[in-house]
Amino acid sequence: MAARAGWSEVPESSRRPVASRDGPFLVDGAGGSFYGRGDLNLCLRGGRVIDPARNVDSEADLLLQDGRVSRIEWGIAAALPPDTRILDVRGLWVTPGLIDLHAHLREPGQEYKEDIASGTRSAAAGGFTAVCAMPNTVPPNDCRAVTDLIVARARAAGFSRVYPIGAVSKGQKGEELAEIGEMKDSGIVAVSDDGRPVMNAELLRRAMEYARTFGLPLIQHCEDLALSQGGAMNEGLVSTRAGIRAQPASAESSMVARDIEICAMTGARYHVAHVSTAESVGLVREAKRRGLPVTCEVTPHHLTLTDEACAGYDTHAKCNPPLRTGADQAALREGLRDGTIDAIATDHAPHSSIEKDVEFEQAAFGMIGFETAVPLSLELVRAGVLSPSQLVALLSNRPAAVLGLPGGTLGPGELGDVTVIDPDVDWTVEPSLLFSRSRNTPFGGHRMLGRAVLTIVAGKVIFAEEKRFV
Amino acid sequence: MNSFPHKHLLGTERLSARDLNTVLDLGDRFGEIAKRPIKKVPTLRGKTVVNLFLEASTRTRTSFEIAAKRLSADAINISGASSSTMKGETLVDTARNIDAMSPDVVVLRHAQAGAAHLLSQRIRAAVVNGGDGAHEHPTQALLDCSTIRAHKGRIAGLVVAICGDIAHSRVARSNIFALATLGAKVRVAGPRTLLPVGLSELGVAVYDRIEPALEGADVVMMLRIQKERFGAPLFPNTREYSRYFGLNERRLALAAPDAIVMHPGPINRGVEIDPAVIEGPRAVILDQVARGVAIRMAVLYLLAGGGGESGVE
Repeated sequence: MAARAGWSEVPESSRRPVASRDGPFLVDGAGGSFYGRGDLNLCLRGGRVIDPARNVDSEADLLLQDGRVSRIEWGIAAALPPDTRILDVRGLWVTPGLIDLHAHLREPGQEYKEDIASGTRSAAAGGFTAVCAMPNTVPPNDCRAVTDLIVARARAAGFSRVYPIGAVSKGQKGEELAEIGEMKDSGIVAVSDDGRPVMNAELLRRAMEYARTFGLPLIQHCEDLALSQGGAMNEGLVSTRAGIRAQPASAESSMVARDIEICAMTGARYHVAHVSTAESVGLVREAKRRGLPVTCEVTPHHLTLTDEACAGYDTHAKCNPPLRTGADQAALREGLRDGTIDAIATDHAPHSSIEKDVEFEQAAFGMIGFETAVPLSLELVRAGVLSPSQLVALLSNRPAAVLGLPGGTLGPGELGDVTVIDPDVDWTVEPSLLFSRSRNTPFGGHRMLGRAVLTIVAGKVIFAEEKRFV
Repeated sequence: MNSFPHKHLLGTERLSARDLNTVLDLGDRFGEIAKRPIKKVPTLRGKTVVNLFLEASTRTRTSFEIAAKRLSADAINISGASSSTMKGETLVDTARNIDAMSPDVVVLRHAQAGAAHLLSQRIRAAVVNGGDGAHEHPTQALLDCSTIRAHKGRIAGLVVAICGDIAHSRVARSNIFALATLGAKVRVAGPRTLLPVGLSELGVAVYDRIEPALEGADVVMMLRIQKERFGAPLFPNTREYSRYFGLNERRLALAAPDAIVMHPGPINRGVEIDPAVIEGPRAVILDQVARGVAIRMAVLYLLAGGGGESGVE
């Protein structure tokens, strides 16, 4: 789309910060993203403030001072402290900074796919002020040295906040516990062997008990590997027609069922990553009814695509859990509507053409997701599944609550993390113009409605759509 | 002149009855060449056909090679063992290198579903799917249809029972699509471990024992167990499999009195089919092979012919 055309002419290196974050500077000359001055006050004038945690949905001005929310009321733009930059956001949604519970930033070890700087820049461009980084890096985040590196790189990059998730087991091998206590001291917010489910029920029990000791939730990628047999897509009519080796929906739900029982035994907080089947949603609904500390998330792509997207062997539609049937998608949407599902999370999973420009069964699982998450999620509002406030909650205060993260609301004194969304802007996804280092999206060429246009972390603008705010 | 509106032959799923009949009719005419003393016509002289066989094959590769040579095309065979994919090159790179040498047709045999689709998106040459994983093997289905039509005079309305390892069979899929399009009543049968989900939605009748599927069938098509394609045990052993799912003369008696017995090969004698049936009067298995050459000549002609004379009446 035209409004972003300028990006393509800007070399990636020139979009990086060239000085410390203390000084005021523009990041690139094309009028794209920029940093605000750290010492400047920022006023967002006249937007529709949607803050579900405080039950707010009304037009107001928002003043950010010293990296935090200072005031939020109608008409303060008239009486502002000196040194305040005013940005006109009339007609736009002003929401708490969006929080992504599930992303793969690939650093350390796979920087050719993504690194923490490119990944958090992409996150910022998608409206996310904080992302949780899954531990399946090379080496995995299974000890504090790796956690420290991730935290340091994220701080140096200066885009979205990064909350590392530590491995459950050493090397994510599912054999012995990783050094969860030390990783907690270094900043992990949860443990998971994401991508490699904990198959051994005894290890899972001990991991839940140990994680609970340190106040950490356990996040599981639910897939019984014996049942899934490495299947490259969902088992069903589409896989039968295409002749692709497939995994049944029960490979996911049977592990969700087992895990819920172990959760009940241990009392640990348990979070199901990327639920994708109707049965899994039903199991989580029932667990919540039992009063268990069980939560779950869903991805934008499972909410908007089905296994039909794999029919033409498009490796960009290959992900794990796989895209499911229309009936599953309907159940996921119902789970969002009735509150069973706690968060929309991207599972942003960058891969290069080395992993994707190959035969379908050989291709890596996963797709990038930061920059398409908001428009895809907005489809649920347009479809009448969610109110704007419910949608914002699923991207802010509710994910914050799942992992006990700061932010997610705009009350006075809260973190100055804010996302501004234009819910109606009409654009078309051009993968080469996205900020991720990788281009593996099945949405290339898709028309989208809505997008994040301004992303603010700790009172500083880290992303602004060109022309609109510069 | 172009009576076949497809650049590639990737499967039978998207072929119309008209497309299928075009190939079958032309195949009948090309079959006549095999009866001549000089089995060669100049139709594709100057055309290049590359047989890129990255998975083991004897019958299909030989059949395509003979078909190309009988049409005077230059046929080059590349097999998995000798190819650069063994040295770590990707399929796309291998194909682009071959394409740079300007072949007219590339026939691909590959162990993974969708490989021919991928190739067709990346090269200029016409792509013929010579079998991709458990997806499709369209020329096999076409030669099977040709065989059925020759022996039965028609396809519409016939009851065709496809028995055995349906789950891992590209032959089953291509035949299900083609036979359904041509109006046959298709039944599939095998133990539930070898039946893929959703089959009934493809418009076939599904049986988990072979006896009811054989009942009154006009055509019986037996499939080999593709052990190389599955990891988990799907039945106890070949002895028990043969006992409950093998075709013997007693079971064949359930079919129509004039039923024909087909098998795409390779056969595992005594497993899915009893030697007495193979050697019996109903078996048309070698006729399938003979017709395979003619059908592949038709396919190569339609994709590489560029509108020239076919060399047959």
